[in-house]
Amino acid sequence: MITKEDVYHIANLAKIELKEDEVEKFRQEFEKILEYFNILDEVPEDVEPTYQVHNLSNVFREDNPAEPLPREEVLMNAKHVEDGYFKGPKIMEG
Amino acid sequence: MITIAEWREKLESERCYDLISELFDRIERSKLNAFITLNKEEALRLAEEYDKGKLKGKLAGIPVAVKDCISTRGLRTTCGSKMLHNYIPPFDAHVVERLKQEGAITIGKTNMDEFAMGTTTETSYFGVVRNPYDLDRVAGGSSGGSGACLGGDESVLALGSDTGGSIRCPASFCGVVGLKPTYGLVSRYGLIPYANSLEQIGPMACCVEDCAKLLEVIAGRDSRDSTNAGVEFRFNPVDKKFKVGIIREMGGNDDVMGKFEEVVNEIIKPNFEVVEVSMPSFKYALPAYYIIAMSEASSNLARYDGVRYGYALDKLDTWTKYFSKVRAEGFGEEVKRRIMLGTYALSAGYYGKYYLKALKVRTLVKRDFERALKDCDVLIAPTMPALPFKIGELADPLTMYKMDVNTVPINLAGVPALSIPIGFVKGLPVGMQIIGRYFEENTILSFALKIEREVKHEI
Repeated sequence: MITKEDVYHIANLAKIELKEDEVEKFRQEFEKILEYFNILDEVPEDVEPTYQVHNLSNVFREDNPAEPLPREEVLMNAKHVEDGYFKGPKIMEG
Repeated sequence: MITIAEWREKLESERCYDLISELFDRIERSKLNAFITLNKEEALRLAEEYDKGKLKGKLAGIPVAVKDCISTRGLRTTCGSKMLHNYIPPFDAHVVERLKQEGAITIGKTNMDEFAMGTTTETSYFGVVRNPYDLDRVAGGSSGGSGACLGGDESVLALGSDTGGSIRCPASFCGVVGLKPTYGLVSRYGLIPYANSLEQIGPMACCVEDCAKLLEVIAGRDSRDSTNAGVEFRFNPVDKKFKVGIIREMGGNDDVMGKFEEVVNEIIKPNFEVVEVSMPSFKYALPAYYIIAMSEASSNLARYDGVRYGYALDKLDTWTKYFSKVRAEGFGEEVKRRIMLGTYALSAGYYGKYYLKALKVRTLVKRDFERALKDCDVLIAPTMPALPFKIGELADPLTMYKMDVNTVPINLAGVPALSIPIGFVKGLPVGMQIIGRYFEENTILSFALKIEREVKHEI
């Protein structure tokens, strides 16, 4: 069972503002999709998980300085820029 | 459809500049909606270079269309989303660098499902891509534009990306060849991520040989992708009596199975050794795929905050409000659905039930492929379980997800797979999927070359 409160909770974790009418639609869809996912309950627990198919672990390289991205081209994509820096929203209220 | 050989033949008697201009005329008149952004000025400049004998390389003067989730420096890259509708990458993807080094001419960026999340290109912010064989039907997805531009004579080569079938589905629906390489063969540097552990950039073309040529160019070492295997690819066709396994668990409706069985009986059985193989884990592959893809998406797409790039609001509010509003307005419905379901699957109390379980299924799927491919050189199945859908036919999300049933097990295991056209039913193309061992693209392409010759002969 997925409730409307669950949908609001997930949306808050995912940082997506929802409109009232979207919530019930998503709720119904999530319920149906998650119910379908429940078939995995049949899968035995004693199987090793595969995170990455070639089982690579850490890959190291020399820490050599390289050419950084061109600052002008990077900042061109941001709407809020100040003194050659990105400008973000306030982290603290007030 | 235009092959490299046909394009080169034209280049013998005509200027590259004129041929590329004609291609743009065709694209600008087209109803397919295969492209989001055209690279007209730069493409024509490169064509002139070619005419002056200055453009060199393995793909010199050959037009290539690049899926719009692959970064192109100075050329808008939207990922099919409002979120990136104005994004101009400050760098090239590895594969784009390789195309430039080999003299290819990038003609434009192809339409796709938003952030590659879809099977029909209907989730694109820039509108649906239409099927070259029937404008009322979809071209498949998520690399719908790349498939349609080849099927509609609007390019010679195309790059796609495949997370759960996104190259093979449009290849099948548009009657072209498309390959999802072994995980790690092609660098993902500059591919805008959706589900990193599943996806690969791959070649799409009008024939097997061209698909192999494009793979030769894009495969190979790149230290900027830490999952890159550092393996090169050279096509060296082998001729042998391949042992072919038909996967019992991968099927389709009567239209698709009728054509598939006809090809098995008339072409494959008389020429090769054929066995049936069973993959019991596939029963769980589709839900496991969606859980992993959605979980990785929820993490990957956290980067879209309206600060550094992409859709932004005029006024910076407090962090939570600004972030939540940017994402509410910038993402489409399917993207929101997948981010939220992925967030749920990774959230406290559900990790073991969904995400960890899915990773266990991945182990089982991998084992099934390894077992079957110990005995067989290649495995075959229909690429898609149905003919290209009518636009709007798959309205329910779960119904849409289920259409990926034959393609997703490949990405879970990371093995390579190619889709090749095997004929038409009701005037629409049908594709067959050929799966091989890790890094044995050469075997798949060699087998595909033989099938291609026989199928052409039959038609």
